Amino acid sequence: MIAKEQLKTEISADGAPRETFVINLGPQHPATHGVLRVKMTMDGEYIVRAEPVCGYIHRMQEKMGENRTYAQFLPNTSRIDYLSAMTYTHGFVGAVERAAKLQVPPRAEYIRVITSEMNRISSHLVWWGAFLLDLGGFTPLLYAFDDREKILDLLEGITGSRLTYSYFRIGGVYNDIDDTFIQGTRAFVAQMRPRLKMYRSLVTDNIILRKRLVEIGPISKEMCRKYGATGPVIRGSGVPYDVRRVEPYSAYSEFDFVIPVLDAGDSMARYLVRMEEMVQSLRIIEQALDKLPGGPVMAEKIPRVLKLPAGDYCYAVEAARGRFAVRIVSDNKEIPYRVKLRTPSLSNLSLFEEASEGMLLPDALALMGSLDLVIPDIDR
Amino acid sequence: MKNSLKEIATGFNSLLTGMRITLGQFFKPSVTVQYPHESLKMPERFRGHIELVRDPETGKALCFACKLCERACPSDCITVDGAKLDGAKKKSVTHYMLDFTKCSLCGSCVEACRDGAIRYSHEYNLASTNKEDYIMDLFKRLETERIEAGGVAQAAPSANPVVGQGTPPAGSPGVPPGAAPAADAPGKTCAAEPPKAEQPSAPNSQPSAAPK
Amino acid sequence: MTSISNGISALWPEPLRLVLFVVGIMSFVGLNAAYLVWVERKGAARFQRRPGPTEVGWAGLLQPIADAAKLMSKQLIVPAGVDRTLFRVAPLLMMSPVLMSLAVIPFGEHLAARNINVGLLMIFAFGSINVMAIMLGGWSSRNKYAIISAARVVSQNVAYEIPMLLVVITMIMVTGTMNLNEIVVQQAGAFWHWNIFRVWINPLMPVTFLIFYTCMLAETNRAPFDMAEAESELVAGAYTEYSGMGFGVFFMAEYSNILLGCALATVLFLGGWQSPFGILSGAFWFLVKMYFLIFSVVWIRWTFPRTQFYGLLNLSWKILIPVSLFTLILTSAMLKLFR
Repeated sequence: MIAKEQLKTEISADGAPRETFVINLGPQHPATHGVLRVKMTMDGEYIVRAEPVCGYIHRMQEKMGENRTYAQFLPNTSRIDYLSAMTYTHGFVGAVERAAKLQVPPRAEYIRVITSEMNRISSHLVWWGAFLLDLGGFTPLLYAFDDREKILDLLEGITGSRLTYSYFRIGGVYNDIDDTFIQGTRAFVAQMRPRLKMYRSLVTDNIILRKRLVEIGPISKEMCRKYGATGPVIRGSGVPYDVRRVEPYSAYSEFDFVIPVLDAGDSMARYLVRMEEMVQSLRIIEQALDKLPGGPVMAEKIPRVLKLPAGDYCYAVEAARGRFAVRIVSDNKEIPYRVKLRTPSLSNLSLFEEASEGMLLPDALALMGSLDLVIPDIDR
Repeated sequence: MKNSLKEIATGFNSLLTGMRITLGQFFKPSVTVQYPHESLKMPERFRGHIELVRDPETGKALCFACKLCERACPSDCITVDGAKLDGAKKKSVTHYMLDFTKCSLCGSCVEACRDGAIRYSHEYNLASTNKEDYIMDLFKRLETERIEAGGVAQAAPSANPVVGQGTPPAGSPGVPPGAAPAADAPGKTCAAEPPKAEQPSAPNSQPSAAPK
Repeated sequence: MTSISNGISALWPEPLRLVLFVVGIMSFVGLNAAYLVWVERKGAARFQRRPGPTEVGWAGLLQPIADAAKLMSKQLIVPAGVDRTLFRVAPLLMMSPVLMSLAVIPFGEHLAARNINVGLLMIFAFGSINVMAIMLGGWSSRNKYAIISAARVVSQNVAYEIPMLLVVITMIMVTGTMNLNEIVVQQAGAFWHWNIFRVWINPLMPVTFLIFYTCMLAETNRAPFDMAEAESELVAGAYTEYSGMGFGVFFMAEYSNILLGCALATVLFLGGWQSPFGILSGAFWFLVKMYFLIFSVVWIRWTFPRTQFYGLLNLSWKILIPVSLFTLILTSAMLKLFR
């Protein structure tokens, strides 16, 4: 890395005037980030300035929120961040339930936790595979997708869909889980633990990967706070902020799990936080399956035509990428007045510009991969 | 010096471990299902496009055109129409169009229907080169199926031929599924009813800003 | 095989024998370059628990033919503003040194096209040309990604030439000759006579082999040292602007370079055409060892991520060069003391 003060000068390290050229990373990436364009001004191999340009997949989700009823908007929530679709739907239905003061039955809460944690594991598996693909290791992607197939098959058995679930409903979940699902999930948890160990020895301990990630892309606590980064980004920089602990929601307070926090702030710390989160998610799933209560899965007496009382309601969940919050402003009609979606990837992306000054290109790409961006989440 | 030698040794060891793991995976069987030659069975709750449910006794559709599904759909893809037949107490459905190009398979329609008149099909082999194949006339399909089943009320609605039994997709790719048995059924659906295919645009030209 | 080639050299005049061998080498390289693609794709697939190409021909064996037909049918686009001569010459420059170097490799006891006394030197003389070829290809493409990639390749190849040559000098000291057939003949006997186990002359011989292997991976731009074509960063690196058969020739040249590197490693370290049991030596064993090394190259590619290019250069300058210098000094000390 070259020092940032040096970058601002017109003369580069060897005394010659700085000649920069602009290179575009994207919007079509060979790596699976999505449609993000990063305009990089480069001096040789060093990045002088990296300016992300987003908006290529803006689908006006928030505007659609103003034109759909609460039940009609539900499928949209799955599509904002399609890798963490369950948790995003959870955020939305949680906001509506909080506003309408609906009581969700405990069985539904447990089912929500189980499926959300499975979704978190599948999202982290995609992140892991794609990150390694960026770094040049092609094989772990296939192994991750093999595990992910098992999760997707289990969730397809209860929800009917593999990616955009629309499983949660206002007041509970759509239908109950059956024995096949419970046994399948237990079998999945049992076979996933050795797989995670295999990933550790194949990839995490690998000297080449360590050279690429340790001390690369340091992000300080102050930078995280300045840009509002959340999720594994901030937990890899030493701040123990996780919505499941700070603003507990659903049934999370009944489970015993650890929030992994590392102090180093480099890409390796963020990587290790996510790998450990997968282990903790497996713990939560096991505990939830053991303690699963009986009962109905939908609240009673949900009005057919739902009108929220006028006011401002908010609900936050911990998605795979960070804190996802939904704010609904209602004026006592069937359709909300405003639906605001606070997505984690936008905040995480905004620190890329400052963090990547003076870095070399491969290191900047490792940094971007470790931020775990999903572009539809940025653009909504 | 000693540290760097140790680092080289552990580093090299990690490379060998990695290679050993990949070699282990080399000898394990492939996990791929070779799609056109083999296919998977869809689970019970699989969300394919919707289809009308037949009443086992009368052989007619359970749907009586209450239009709850039309109102629940966020994408305005359903158009339902019904009329009271002679001597009946409730309406019967006469016209049920699903514009599958807009459908997002959210399931709000199946959830909204109080009488179980629509359900998900298990169709996923839906590739076609013809846009009209996706403007699905579900009522017509139900009637076609009933006539082909001999006009007798068949109890099992499993007349759906391609429920993932491991058979390759039926015939030519352009055939809309569900009409697979009769080879000229696509001709009937498309050629004989071009006006029908244009009809959805008329009701759908209502302002879709607010739900009805 | 031996008796056939003995018979050939006895009966046929020299020019005809040369022509036969040259045609043999060119077809060997051509077939291998095509079918190494199949080996790579099938190997990659098996490591990733999937089938790989299966549709074209039995087990996908006709896939390279389909790929070659596809590449040949594409239009050769020469972008505006490139240096036309250099653009067209670069793939040829990359392919020809390999063909020439293979003329001295002994595939069997009498199966070297030309048994030159300075065979090893000739291989390394030609080997440096492919750096120039990639650089020309990248520079003449007039494309930012290609230029960055070409610059990286030059620094990488120069850095790895040095430990490779140091290792080769060590081997020359150990074997006392640059004639490749002689080197193989010296390793006659069972497998403990192979050069890799000759630890009484050079105690660090296995380390020397590893250094040679690593340098071979880096010289041929294979993962984990494939910065030149790092897809996720630079699209296709130096080959971005090449289409159709131009790209096809680069591709073939890369696999032929791997072939040459593995053949050289077999000859220098693993006993060439000598059998591990001491009897029934011949070209069969040479091919077995060479293909085993090629399989390990494929294996390494699909297991490890890519290094950053400064990690790559650090590895060479800070680790490989000191170690190879040390082995060189150690070998010469051992030779002086014990001869």
